[in-house]
Amino acid sequence: MRTPDIAPLIGGIVMLAVWELAVRLTGVATYLLPAPTAIANALISGAPVLIPSAVVTLGLALQALLFALLLGVGLAVLFSRVTWLGRALGPYALVLQATPVVAIAPLVIIWTGVENPRTAILILATIVAFFPVLANATAGLAAIDPGLDRLFRLHRAKPLDRFLRLEVPTAAPYLLAGIETAAGLALVGAVVAEFVAGTGATGGLAWRIVEAGNRLETPTMFAALILLAIMGVVLATSIGWARKKFA
Amino acid sequence: MTAFDGESVLFADTLTVSYPSGLHALGPIDLSVKAGECVSILGPSGCGKSTLLASLTGLLRPTSGSARCGDGEPPGVVFQEPTLMPWASVAENVALPLKLAGRAGSEAAARAALTLAGLEEFDAVRPAGLSGGMRMRVSLARALVGSPKALLLDEPFAAIDELGRRSLDDLVLRLKAELKLAVLFVTHSVEEAVYLGDRVIIMTPRPGRIQADIAVPNEPRGDGFFTSRAFVDSAAEARSALALSKAA
Repeated sequence: MRTPDIAPLIGGIVMLAVWELAVRLTGVATYLLPAPTAIANALISGAPVLIPSAVVTLGLALQALLFALLLGVGLAVLFSRVTWLGRALGPYALVLQATPVVAIAPLVIIWTGVENPRTAILILATIVAFFPVLANATAGLAAIDPGLDRLFRLHRAKPLDRFLRLEVPTAAPYLLAGIETAAGLALVGAVVAEFVAGTGATGGLAWRIVEAGNRLETPTMFAALILLAIMGVVLATSIGWARKKFA
Repeated sequence: MTAFDGESVLFADTLTVSYPSGLHALGPIDLSVKAGECVSILGPSGCGKSTLLASLTGLLRPTSGSARCGDGEPPGVVFQEPTLMPWASVAENVALPLKLAGRAGSEAAARAALTLAGLEEFDAVRPAGLSGGMRMRVSLARALVGSPKALLLDEPFAAIDELGRRSLDDLVLRLKAELKLAVLFVTHSVEEAVYLGDRVIIMTPRPGRIQADIAVPNEPRGDGFFTSRAFVDSAAEARSALALSKAA
């Protein structure tokens, strides 16, 4: 077994130590920059509220990722079969992708109704996560080896056989790369949408940050940020792991 | 015009192919290959050799005339590249034609085809773990898995080193004899064409027609063959026909 590289661990400890020392020596106010120990305290004491909120946000992001996957793969398959439809609609998917999600959020919230922030958040996070899935699935379906294509035609492969035995395995590595990007974006989308919705009704982590900010509880804000960062890293690495396994 | 004599497995009758662009690519061609016979095809680049093969496999519809392959079942085809599925094992690659045809017993048939190609120990390996010559053997095993009556090879061993190429050529000869295959072998190499062929067909530049049909004497193939009268004379005849074809 390889010994893990301890350089990042040392780097982290040194950074935290410098941070702690700087805060203590300068006596900067906690609401401006809390010391790492204060953040750790906030994380521990706030855990009963923060952990369930993290679960809510993670759940929203994962649901949005699932919707994005179904929608993105479904459209990519449709576009590969009905090419004129792909040519007609493809550019508008790009327009949707280029428009910042924060700017679309107020519209979506009006449509879903202010009393349904959960639906609005799901829609917004799905919109953000869907594009890399569509783009990569489309690229994957277009990457069919012409030789294998000829072989399948030679043996008069049925459309379903062609799809399952040729198109799916060819597109899989592309799709997994798209999902890796989409997972991070789904989390970003969920947080941004929750900010814009500006309601505690869903009780996600983004709302905890807004809430703590209003009360100048800066250590709690940092604690929520740490949880978000951990979720993002866990999502990305688990999908990256799956990608390597199937590649 | 060649009469269909019932013995022919591969059969082309005044076959011509023109592309939608109006390009006249091939023909008219009359050709027949019997069971247990190997016909090599030599010709300048772009003369329509691959078009001829595609017509015989049914991938391309003739513009006029007809092209037929035995009983209508797809023939075994080996392309220039091994064209294997990189995500599947050697055994899965070989079994593919049967799976696509919905035929049962594909695993046993795949094992038998792997044995024919001398690959029985590599069934679980992925193509990436094999050399170029081995991948071509897998491609050959896949072409044979459905017990076809005809085998069409489109410059299959061009990218393989001399030694590997000779052993693949010998494998094709052995399979032809054992399985009574009708073999059509497209190549750029005069030596390979004469070594493998019972007949060597020289094609003209586009639109490809038959310039010469040279019968190679039936002498045992092996290292000695290359210095034999049969080889030297047939190769010389093929070379001069090829030179005539290029000058035309």
